[in-house]
Amino acid sequence: MIKISHLVKNYGKFCAVDDISFEVEKGEVIGFLGPNGAGKSTTMNMLTGYLSSTSGSVTVGGVDVLDDPLNAKRLIGYLPEQPPLYPDMTVWEYLCFAYDLKGCKFNREKHLGEICDVVKITDVKNRLIKFLSKGYKQRVGIAQALVGNPPVIIFDEPTIGLDPKQIIEIRNLIRTLGKEHTVILSTHILQEVQAVCDRIVIINKGHIVADELTENISRAVENTRRFNVKICGPQRDVLAMLRNLPGICYAEVLAARDGDAYTYMIESEVGVDIRKKLFWTLSDKGWPLIGMEALGMSIEDIFIAVVDKTGDGKAEKPRRRKSVEAGRAAAEKAMASEIVEKTAEQIKNSSDDEPAEAADGSKFYDDNTIKENTFEMMTSSGESDKNNGKENN
Amino acid sequence: MLAIYKKELHSFFINPIGYVFCGVFLTLAAGLCCYTTLISASYSTNSYFYIMILCLIVLIPILTMRSFSEERKMRTEQMLLTAPVSIIGMVVGKFLAAYTVFAGCLLTSCVNLIPLFVIGKAEADLNQDAITHIGPVGAQIVASLVGVLLIGGAFIAIGIFVSSLTENQLSAVIISIAVLAVMVLLNVVNQIGSDSSGTRLINSYVVRFIIDWFCILSRFSNFQYGILDWSAFLYYISLSFIFVYLTVRVYERRRWA
Repeated sequence: MIKISHLVKNYGKFCAVDDISFEVEKGEVIGFLGPNGAGKSTTMNMLTGYLSSTSGSVTVGGVDVLDDPLNAKRLIGYLPEQPPLYPDMTVWEYLCFAYDLKGCKFNREKHLGEICDVVKITDVKNRLIKFLSKGYKQRVGIAQALVGNPPVIIFDEPTIGLDPKQIIEIRNLIRTLGKEHTVILSTHILQEVQAVCDRIVIINKGHIVADELTENISRAVENTRRFNVKICGPQRDVLAMLRNLPGICYAEVLAARDGDAYTYMIESEVGVDIRKKLFWTLSDKGWPLIGMEALGMSIEDIFIAVVDKTGDGKAEKPRRRKSVEAGRAAAEKAMASEIVEKTAEQIKNSSDDEPAEAADGSKFYDDNTIKENTFEMMTSSGESDKNNGKENN
Repeated sequence: MLAIYKKELHSFFINPIGYVFCGVFLTLAAGLCCYTTLISASYSTNSYFYIMILCLIVLIPILTMRSFSEERKMRTEQMLLTAPVSIIGMVVGKFLAAYTVFAGCLLTSCVNLIPLFVIGKAEADLNQDAITHIGPVGAQIVASLVGVLLIGGAFIAIGIFVSSLTENQLSAVIISIAVLAVMVLLNVVNQIGSDSSGTRLINSYVVRFIIDWFCILSRFSNFQYGILDWSAFLYYISLSFIFVYLTVRVYERRRWA
């Protein structure tokens, strides 16, 4: 659906985006991550035709953004970092303007009404935008991107300024959109990416440094190697036992104390499930195990490790970790380097077979036919999502 | 383009700007008409239209100041530029919206001239054997109106161009007024001393010729005599066109920067 190849953007001598290539399939939700100034917004602006690239090309649905900007833009709904709102208009006037601007040919009242329902702004639609709260403004911005039901939707930090409930709603919305649309999501909130996206692309200093399916990362994140265990018993003996237990490569007392129990953090060796062994050992010793909590790798740590690894050593971690955590971070570093190397290899491979694909310039407009009733379906499915949410709670 | 035109026109009247422009323009026009014709007991509308153009130097920038600088400041231009609308469509839409407001006001202000015709008719009835024409000359008025409409278009194009250069509305106004004032006053500089046989300020014909290219008013005089001057037509329309084009270029340039 979206194909970015060898995209370069220079601002004078400063190179904001340096030879980025990736593809997004139809119906995929992509998380676009990166530290500040990595080139995220620049890339998005080039995707949407707001900026032009220094070299390289972007095609959306087979249409080159530079060659045929009008048709390419017709396929894209874009929510910029700062929602482009006219403060003196009412929400409804604004959406009508967006509708006219995109040259839609649906039933206007119905189409806009559905969008308002989906992003839940129906009750403010006759109010002036300047009197809305930030969360509502953000939602009006999202509504604007959905007008015309474009097959590609690009969100630049969509959940900024929303309250937690709204964030969940918007995430559900993005997930529902992802069933029929191609969505690119740029954000700093890593849980959001994990919750919503199929694939994560991390960009740093204008290069893609990681391109990995979310489930692969999640699997790594949910590993069963690291635990917080709470054990009643003499601290020193327990710790000594833990350190000597085969299969455990690292053990540490944490400060939290609960009666006569201490909390320890342990990390097992790769491929060893230590839990049962630990339980039996402790029961032999007569030290009751009163708590065990699996510690996943945090996606933040992976992100930081990836960025650090690719940052020419200049990007220092925000805080010096204590020695305890330095040990912890090793796993993330390993993970990060794995991802980075894999991506580098992918990029290398893809550049080898480039010329063959370049010939395929055919346009497939019919593939992107815009259905009018999507939002209708979405409203109903959105409600069922909400119900699911309630059940989970 | 139509969407942008509609939105711009709409936004003139949800903001005070549109009302301020119309109010000030109509009041000034009415006052000017009184002063230059009725009070000074003259049927000639020459100074009425002449002074009106001088007023437009200040009024038009008020109309055009927000067109692009506001969009840029509010970041709403991102929406326009990522929508399926060409940059030319966007600029022309804005130009036409401002032009509609201006032309509407100008045509409304024509009611000021009705008393002139009424009085002219009454006086002509009294002196039926008079040889000369008594009352205002219709052809002169129509031609002058056409001239003012053309000049207004050129002023609006310049104002929009200046507005696209800056994010700040105030500087857009001030720069536009300065540019327009210079273009109008060049005429005065060129003509100093030309009536009498006295020394001109600028003696070189070449320099005068070049300056003449930039002065908006020098081509207006034919309209005042009731002549539709095609070269002036072409001059004003190409002036509008050039500045609309330059505005488009500003946006293209920013995309490629």
